[in-house]
Amino acid sequence: MPKLTVNDVEVEVEDGSTVLHACEAAGVEIPRFCYHDRLSIAGNCRMCLVDMERAPKPIASCAMPAGDGMVIRTDTDRVKKAREGVMEFLLINHPLDCPICDQGGECDLQDQAMGYGFDGSRFSENKRAVENKHMGPLISTVMTRCIHCTRCVRFATEVAGVPELGAIGRGESMEITTYLEKTLASELSANVIDLCPVGALTSRPYAFAARPWELNKVETIDVMDALGSNIRVDARGAQVMRVLPRLNEDINEEWISDKTRYAIDGLRRQRLDKPYARGRDGRLHPVSWDEALKSLATALRKAKPNAIGAIAGNQADAESLYALKSLMTRLGSPNLDCRQDGAKIGGNRAGYLFNSTIAGIDDADALLIIGSNPRIEAAVLNARIRRNWLSSRMPIAVVGPKVDLTYHAVFLGQDPTILDMLAHGSHKFAAKLKKAKRPMIIIGMGALARADGAAMLGKARKIAESYGVVTKEWNGFNVLHNAAARVGGLDLGFLPARGGMDIASMGKAAKAGKLDLLWLLGADEIDFEPFASSFVVYQGHHGDAGAHHADLVLPGAAYTEKDGIYVNTEGRVQYATRAAFPPGDAREDWAIIRAVSGAVGKSIGFDTLAELREALCADHPHFADADTIAPAKWASFGGRAKLSAEPIGQAFDNFYMTCAISRASETMAECVRASSADHGAAVAAE
Amino acid sequence: MSIEARIADEQPETFKFSAENEKEIKRIVAKYPKGRQASAVMPLLDLAQRQHDNWIPMKAIELIARKLDMAEIRVLEVATFYTMFNLKPVGKYFLQACTTTPCWLRGSDEMMRCIKDRYAIASGETSECGRFSLLEVECLGACVNAPILQVNDDFYEDLDYASTAALLDSLEADAPLPVGSVMGRSGSEATGGATSLATLKPKQSGVANA
Repeated sequence: MPKLTVNDVEVEVEDGSTVLHACEAAGVEIPRFCYHDRLSIAGNCRMCLVDMERAPKPIASCAMPAGDGMVIRTDTDRVKKAREGVMEFLLINHPLDCPICDQGGECDLQDQAMGYGFDGSRFSENKRAVENKHMGPLISTVMTRCIHCTRCVRFATEVAGVPELGAIGRGESMEITTYLEKTLASELSANVIDLCPVGALTSRPYAFAARPWELNKVETIDVMDALGSNIRVDARGAQVMRVLPRLNEDINEEWISDKTRYAIDGLRRQRLDKPYARGRDGRLHPVSWDEALKSLATALRKAKPNAIGAIAGNQADAESLYALKSLMTRLGSPNLDCRQDGAKIGGNRAGYLFNSTIAGIDDADALLIIGSNPRIEAAVLNARIRRNWLSSRMPIAVVGPKVDLTYHAVFLGQDPTILDMLAHGSHKFAAKLKKAKRPMIIIGMGALARADGAAMLGKARKIAESYGVVTKEWNGFNVLHNAAARVGGLDLGFLPARGGMDIASMGKAAKAGKLDLLWLLGADEIDFEPFASSFVVYQGHHGDAGAHHADLVLPGAAYTEKDGIYVNTEGRVQYATRAAFPPGDAREDWAIIRAVSGAVGKSIGFDTLAELREALCADHPHFADADTIAPAKWASFGGRAKLSAEPIGQAFDNFYMTCAISRASETMAECVRASSADHGAAVAAE
Repeated sequence: MSIEARIADEQPETFKFSAENEKEIKRIVAKYPKGRQASAVMPLLDLAQRQHDNWIPMKAIELIARKLDMAEIRVLEVATFYTMFNLKPVGKYFLQACTTTPCWLRGSDEMMRCIKDRYAIASGETSECGRFSLLEVECLGACVNAPILQVNDDFYEDLDYASTAALLDSLEADAPLPVGSVMGRSGSEATGGATSLATLKPKQSGVANA
């Protein structure tokens, strides 16, 4: 632990720290462009120069290892002059187009030029100009503004694992580009926009849409996957303009996936803004809330209690799940299911959580992935696996389809018998699991959302127990969900009650004419065919598959339009905050359910969101502890039946379109087109 | 010159190393430890350039990337960093004229003027006849005999307007002058002959251009 003096302040920093870290520890802010905490050190912008005792010239603090007894000064005239010199050089070739630049107002160069910039220019020659590069539908480029910090190059190579960006040429003719100007084939590509300290890489869908100071910024939670990435939603009036990542070291660090960032234009299209009822002509006609509630109340009264079913979708908030469950209980219906894909999970918490926590991935030293493609199911989590692999080269094996995960993995095949072999120890990879001190298993919906899902889960538990995946201080048994609402639903017990039907049985009952009413809470990804004869109520925010098959449509709020609780795949409870109001007559989902309970005359015991949350937390105490994870107790779960011979697949193929919002998004549609055009259909299908 | 202008628009459909070069590649790659084969990228680019009329097509870059387990952009970065790698066709005689300070002080402007007068080409261009390409380069490292013109692999030294013209005449006739100093001095000894160790007989300079 070296001890340094920075501007007469003595600080002690961790081994392996740099002088820049020491300066920060001493409370001195160091200007920088190329240095970034999560990327390798480049040391090429020279903005972080500081004075070191006995050094003949200023040193780049980002690249200088902190040494014991160093005496650093950051407040000398020489340092100021050196930084002003660097700034002057940077500005020589940087255009003066801040007024028309999207980065204006949140630009590192602009900000630091205020501190170190010169008020005029001494450069009377021609400025250099660089042709703009094509980087796909998400990233807009103005390469003349580039200052060659190479953050984007390092991000693509190190974090995203797609070494497609590079700096070609040298000196004055150096340019950042992708090979032959292909689209950057990464689910995390748009993070380079945040990393770019200038306006060279900006957001294409958000181009010239707003200025940062006119936006209302709300810190909330993402629901595009089950990670619960922390995001900031910037809205202007009722319109969500953009989504940015928010720092959370335990979940998304400071990255978000492209879907999280750009599916939001789907919030403006295909919206349900008033209630609809299916008329005698078989078409949906707008109706008033009164009419809608009345007709639903009549239908609910008419239906037999055990012939009412409720299915929750992938983005439902815990409050609406709790409200709907309360209403169903009051109506006497045991038929609830929050597992649209029919996953065979629920019950013991350890059997459906990402037990090691996401941050726990950093500690793993062997990994077995079963029926999951983390790259598209949880892109940010995949980057964490890659980071561990980069430093440790831990053995990784996949039981499932062969795909490019951005790290080296051995594909064992798709045959379920491989799991038997692993459990018996007769497979080659078993030895590697055995040798590992903290082995990890990630099992995805590709294995669990099938008829023999329970047996799969049981088999995975057996493997976990045989190889020390679960010990006193380590639990590496992880279920990777892809639905933001899933863990919340399972925690609340939004599952068939005693004698109740799950989604498959509901379908069977409906076919036999024994399901009078089906309530879909934002459920769009189920097979609607069996429910043709039931009265289907769709409560949700988009005119997607669910609304098309519904007899009554109740317009709800999307995730940016309501306060809600979501539980991520680790079991972490997080509170989302409203950023905009729902359009037209659409209402918050819990309030709709509360209104129906009033119309049907079955009180569910709360009138405000606060009362609802109080009741919810009373029933399920862990919901009161936001941002904490209650470790789940290990117990027996999963089935013991024989596995079917059906090959193990993955949950879905198309990263860009997985929910009603992303299916309505033009940007996502463009991404699908671009990735299939540039990389062939095979990669797009990954 | 922008990067776009440095890469040929028309690219061949395929590129394959010759059997001889494949053998050479094996020898070169074997020099580096396992997992460090990317170190061989520059010799391989050079082989590709020599095999392919003194320029490297993109297909060769992709092939080298595959051979060395590198990302294509990493190979392109190297190929564009060095001016010695040509990414578009050049003439039979590729003239690299040094204009860095010592050559400039010793009259590289005259040498450049002669080339431009003859072929009306600027740096990075190829003459109308297609046989001569000019590239202005930084220090060629032979400042003692400045100014220098590198023709393909050979250095011609001590050039002025007239001697450059004579050199170009010889190239046009495909009978190049002997390489080295056009003044005929041995190595880089003083122009007036050796001033010390005069009793030692120097070796004859100038080897006929192959």
